[in-house]
Amino acid sequence: MSSQDSGGRLYGLMAEFETPGALIAATEKSRQAGYRKMDAYAPYPIEELVHALGHHHSKLPMMVLGGGIIGCLAGLGLQVYVNALAYPLNIGGKPVLSWPAFVPVTFEMTILFASLTAVLGMLALNGLPTPYHPVFNLPRFSAASRDRYFLCIEATDPRFHAEGTRQFLESQGPTEVSEVEY
Amino acid sequence: MAGRDLEARTAVAEHEESLLEKGGYHRPGIIERAPVLAPGHTAGSVTDKISSVVLSGTPRWFYPAFGLSFTLMMVLFASMGKLFWEGTGIWGVNQPVGWGFDIINFVWWIGIGHAGTLISAILLLLRQEWRTSINRFAEAMTIFAVACAGMFPLIHTGRPWLAYWLLPYPNTMGMWPQFRSPLIWDVFAVSTYATVSLLFWFVGMIPDLATLRDRSTKRIAKVLYGMAAMGWRNSAKHWHEHEVASLLLAGLATPLVLSVHTIVSFDFAVGIIPGWHATIFPPYFVAGAIYAGFAMVLTCTLPLRRAFGLHDFITDRHLDNMGKVMLATGLIVAYGYGIEAFTAWYSANQYETFMMWNRLFGPYRFHYYALLLCNVIAPQALWWRSVRVSPVGVWTVCMFINVGMWLERFIIIPASLHRDFLPSSWGIYHGSIWDWGIFVGTIGLFLTLLFLFVRFMPMISIFEMRTLVPEARGVESSPGAVAGSVEP
Repeated sequence: MSSQDSGGRLYGLMAEFETPGALIAATEKSRQAGYRKMDAYAPYPIEELVHALGHHHSKLPMMVLGGGIIGCLAGLGLQVYVNALAYPLNIGGKPVLSWPAFVPVTFEMTILFASLTAVLGMLALNGLPTPYHPVFNLPRFSAASRDRYFLCIEATDPRFHAEGTRQFLESQGPTEVSEVEY
Repeated sequence: MAGRDLEARTAVAEHEESLLEKGGYHRPGIIERAPVLAPGHTAGSVTDKISSVVLSGTPRWFYPAFGLSFTLMMVLFASMGKLFWEGTGIWGVNQPVGWGFDIINFVWWIGIGHAGTLISAILLLLRQEWRTSINRFAEAMTIFAVACAGMFPLIHTGRPWLAYWLLPYPNTMGMWPQFRSPLIWDVFAVSTYATVSLLFWFVGMIPDLATLRDRSTKRIAKVLYGMAAMGWRNSAKHWHEHEVASLLLAGLATPLVLSVHTIVSFDFAVGIIPGWHATIFPPYFVAGAIYAGFAMVLTCTLPLRRAFGLHDFITDRHLDNMGKVMLATGLIVAYGYGIEAFTAWYSANQYETFMMWNRLFGPYRFHYYALLLCNVIAPQALWWRSVRVSPVGVWTVCMFINVGMWLERFIIIPASLHRDFLPSSWGIYHGSIWDWGIFVGTIGLFLTLLFLFVRFMPMISIFEMRTLVPEARGVESSPGAVAGSVEP
């Protein structure tokens, strides 16, 4: 698998593990060894892996809060503008600014804007859509969506060394270490 | 810190493994429960089994089933063509009954949709693991039911090509919508609900679309699933943001689903018609929606479970739990019927009293008796566990509920309208053949979309099922050992 010495640029070294525990341990060791530009791949979310990669807090909740506040103000503002300013109608003698009647639409707009922010924010933070990514050049990598666990240390990491990093990864008990090219 | 998490999880997993040896997953508790996932599965076997439903070719039974649904959908298009050509005069509606099948079907379908959001959002927040194998399917059902529901308010306007007048936009007529009307609240509630349900469904499906991309062997499937998966690569960072987004969407969808049927009930409760003007309506409608929705989820999943052999994933535990939810919401609905009658009596208002008398002894009395049979009496069978875990038994109860919930809306809408305040403006209502054509046609549309969904998309959330297998819970033994330990 790793015998492509066709001279392509190296993206990184990919180690394959059989169990989630081995991947978490290897990721923790890699971080202790000073590697930062790396990513772990697993068939389902594993909380420990995120901690092991040193990636703790997501910006998404604050973005969604902001989206919700904007939606709330937009919904209320729309109704106040429409029913009190642009097109005031006397409905059963109610005041033109009958705010309790505006609650349902304000609420729906809050949810709508917050949800759109959650989805678009998640895609943006993950950099999706990504039309091309070098990790897919490794044929074995398709097992990451089945039952295999991968750790990739990228060549752009300042501590990356083609031989040294390979030896380090091989000492972590992987089933295989492969080169990933662009 | 991370290591301690893992240790704790391993301890839990070992405890579960010891239970596994006794015959399946159990919650530590007093009652023996069926497992949520049949023992012996690994992340690989779960992935292969669910993706094979999509990737291993079309089963033979699919063609007649799909053909029948497609034919029914054509009935919808023919009836709609006639409607657009002739106008709403082809329907049974007239004074005093201005709302007929159109609004009955709207409320029926949107109610059915609510179970999907309940299962995917509320049960996710409540950490009910058993929801995992049915949530994707239920969410799909929500979207298709909302698609059927959303059509009715538009076609019932009589001039659906002007439906965009419902939206607030600056126009040369100088007119704006009137935001004190529940009908305009409906526009926002239903469109928001449709959008958020679609987003939630799609976000949950991204990792599974990536799985299908990686598993499929045909070039065209690889390209199409690849485009839909948008380059998802199962990275831990991706998973992290994905989980945060899913939890946030669940938190947002929970109040949303409660608000949607509340606003639908306002369409009636804000009016001063006896039989509509009741404060019990919002909770009673929401409970009815969950009731109808769970019944429809089971109506569809039980035959599909048999057709695709998914008994390992949709187990007795699921039937048992869903039966309990239907029983509980059914009792709330029955309480709603009781309170309607009590309020009519206690109000001492002659119109309210007459409304109730008319339900019991008027021209639609048999509809009302059938409603009580379907929605109040039939589900009492769910008190027995043997009925809840019997596919035939629970499916029969579900069919009663499907019919009963439609009758409920019939009783609320035309049966409240046909006796106006003055006897001179009394009338009677029957659906015309075109009313029935459109109603049956939407069932065809719903089933057609559902069949296309189970054929081309993963109907069970693959990645969430992977989290239920022992290895994902920290059991480091080899898959064979786990499978071997439970063999009798």
